[in-house]
Amino acid sequence: MINVNSTFKIALRALWVNKMRSFLTMLGIIIGVGAVITMLAVGTGASEKISEQIASVGSNLIIVIPGSITQGGIRMGSGSISSLTRDDSEAIEKECSAVSAVAPIVNTAAQVVYGNQNWATGIYGTTSGILEVKDWSLVAGRTFIDQDIRSSTKVCILGQTIVDNLFGGIDPIGQIIRIKKVPFTVIGILETKGQSIIGQDQDDVIYIPVTTAQKKIVGRSVPGMVRTIMVKARSAEDMSLAEKQVTELLRQRHRTGLNKEDDFTVRNLTQMMQVAEESAKVMTILLGAIASISLLIGGIGIMNIMLVSVTERTREIGIRMAIGAKTWDIRIQFIIEALTLSMIGGIFGITLGVTGSSILSAAAGWTTIVSPLSIILAFGFSGLVGIFFGFYPAYKASLLSPIDALRYE
Amino acid sequence: MALIETKKLSKFYCVGDNVVRALENISVTINAGEFVAIMGPSGSGKSTFMNLIGCLDQQTDGDYLLDSTSIGELSLDELAEIRNHKIGFVFQGFNLLPRTSAVENVELPLLYNHVTAKERRQRALGALTKLGLEGREDHHSNQLSGGQQQRVAIARALVNNAPLILADEPTGNLDTKTSVEIMELLVQLNQEAKTTIILVTHEQDIANFSRRIIRFLDGHIVSDHPVVKK
Ligand SMILES: Nc1ncnc2c1ncn2[C@@H]1O[C@H](COP(=O)(O)OP(=O)(O)OP(=O)(O)O)[C@@H](O)[C@H]1O
Ligand SMILES: [Mg+2]
Repeated sequence: MINVNSTFKIALRALWVNKMRSFLTMLGIIIGVGAVITMLAVGTGASEKISEQIASVGSNLIIVIPGSITQGGIRMGSGSISSLTRDDSEAIEKECSAVSAVAPIVNTAAQVVYGNQNWATGIYGTTSGILEVKDWSLVAGRTFIDQDIRSSTKVCILGQTIVDNLFGGIDPIGQIIRIKKVPFTVIGILETKGQSIIGQDQDDVIYIPVTTAQKKIVGRSVPGMVRTIMVKARSAEDMSLAEKQVTELLRQRHRTGLNKEDDFTVRNLTQMMQVAEESAKVMTILLGAIASISLLIGGIGIMNIMLVSVTERTREIGIRMAIGAKTWDIRIQFIIEALTLSMIGGIFGITLGVTGSSILSAAAGWTTIVSPLSIILAFGFSGLVGIFFGFYPAYKASLLSPIDALRYE
Repeated sequence: MALIETKKLSKFYCVGDNVVRALENISVTINAGEFVAIMGPSGSGKSTFMNLIGCLDQQTDGDYLLDSTSIGELSLDELAEIRNHKIGFVFQGFNLLPRTSAVENVELPLLYNHVTAKERRQRALGALTKLGLEGREDHHSNQLSGGQQQRVAIARALVNNAPLILADEPTGNLDTKTSVEIMELLVQLNQEAKTTIILVTHEQDIANFSRRIIRFLDGHIVSDHPVVKK
C-alpha cells in the first residue's frame, strides 16, 4: 500500500488548491461536531444538576400527606382533611422497621422580624428528625432536643437565606427573632443547600419545634394535627417495604375498614426524582442524536465535494494509474482526502463546541459539562463520517479504466 | 530476445450498432534494445496499438506477451505493477500532474514502487539533471515550456529504470528544434541504457531517428522495415 505520509501531503495540497470549497465543506463538519458537543454538554449538565438536586432533597424519601374527603358527592383535593397527627408520626418512628427517620411537619408563611430587618418566609414546625430525613446538617449551633418538643420552647433553626437577609454579618446564634410577634431564640444554622429541582430556594426556611408551631404559630383547630409526615427508609431497597409498613400502620391507626379508601396518601419522592433524572438522560441522548444529524449532513457535503473532485481530477487519476497506481492507492488517496477534511473539521468543531458550551452557560446560566467522552465520540464519529462518505467517491475513482481516465477531457 | 510479442492481436470498439476494427490480427515482435517508429495516417490504430502494448487497455482478441508474460490473464493491480516496473510513458500532451513541481512529478512512479522518500528525491533529481533540467526542480508544469515539460515527462518515464519507453507523438506539440532535442535524448537513452523505445509519429524526419519503421493502415500493418542511415 502507498506511503500514507506522502498521500497525506497530496491530500492537503488538493484541499489547499480549493481553499474556499474545502473550508465550506469542512464547515458542515465543524457545525456538526460543535453541535454534538454542545448538545451533549447541555444534556450532561442538566442531568448532573438534577442528580445534585436529588441528593440535596434527601435520599430514600417517602412523604405522607392527608387524603381527600367527599362532602355531598364532591371530592375535595388531597389534604382536605386533617387526618395525620404527631402521634402517627411517632408511631411510624417506633413501629416501622424499614424506616430510619421521621419528621412531622406543620407549616405556614409568616413575616419574620429581627431588629429593623424583616423577611417573609416559610415557617416549618417539625422535630430534629427533619435533618436526618433531608440529609441536612448544621453549620452552627444545635438541633432540637426532646425538651424543646415536650415544652414547646420558642427556639428556631435558620436556613442560610434567612441568615443572609436578616443578620448582616452578626452571629445569629442566641439572637431573638420575632415570628408573628412571638419571640424565638436562634439555636442553629443550616448548611447551604441551593435550589430545589423546581427552582425553589431550599435555604429560605425556618424550623421551629412542631409543638410550638401548633400552639403559637399555625393555630389549627384539631390539636396535634400535622400537615405532612416525611419518612426516610433505611435504604433504597427498603423503600417499598417502608411504604407498605407506613400504609398498613396508618390504616390500622385510623381504623380504616377493609374496603374503605385511605384517608392519607403515601408518595415515594425519590422515585419521582429518578423519573426526572431518567428523562434528563433521555433528553441528552435525544439532543445528541439531533445534533448528529447535522454531522451526517456535513458528511453528505463531503461526499458531494469528493464526487466533484473525482470527476474534476479524472485525468490526474488516469496519469497516476498509467504510472502504476493500484486500485487501493487511488482509493486511499481519496479516502485520506475526505478523512483530512472531516478530521480538520472535527478539530475546529471541538473548539467550537467547547466555546459554544461555555458561552451558553455564561449567557443562559445553564450548567454545561463537556465530557472527554463526548469529545472522543464526536471526533471519532467525524472520522467515521469522513471514511464512510469518502469511500464511495474513492471507490468510483478506482474503478476508472486508465485509458478512459487519460482520454477524459 | 523478444521483449514484445503480439499474436493476432485485435481491438474492436462497438459504437452504437457499428463495430470499429481499430486493430486486426496484428502479429509483431520487438526485441529488447530496439528503437521503433510507428507511422500511419490518422485513425489507423497507432494509439490503440500503443495502449495495448502499454497495458493501459485490453485486447478484444489475440495474445500479447511482454517479457514472455501473457498480459491478457493479469488482474488490474498486476497490470498496474507491470506499468510501474517495466514501462515508461511519454504522451503528446505531456500529462504531468498540475500544481505539482517537476521533481514531484518525476518521483511519482517511485512513490507507487514504495521507494523511501529520501531515495525518491535523489533519483528524481538525478533524472532531471540527466535531462538538463537542473534548477527547474521546483517549477510547476505551467511554469515550464513545452520542451521542458516533455523532458520532465521523459525523466518520469526513465526514473524507475523501465526497460521499455512508449512515446505516442512525443513531439506532436513541439517546434522542430525542440523536437530534434527530444529525439536526440531518446536516441541517447536507447544507445546508452539500451532502453527499448517505441514511438508514434506523423513526421518522417522524426521517424528517421529510429532504426525500424512500422506503418499502420486501417488497423493492419502494411510495412515493417529498418531505417537506412545515410
Ligand atoms: N474509445 C474508442 N471508442 C470507439 N472507437 C475508438 C476509440 N478509440 C479509438 N477508436 C477508433 O479506433 C480507430 C483507431 O484509433 P487510434 O486512436 O488508434 O488512431 P491513431 O492511429 O492513433 O490516430 P491519430 O494519428 O489521429 O492519433 C479510430 O477509427 C478511432 O475512431
Ligand atoms: Mg493517436
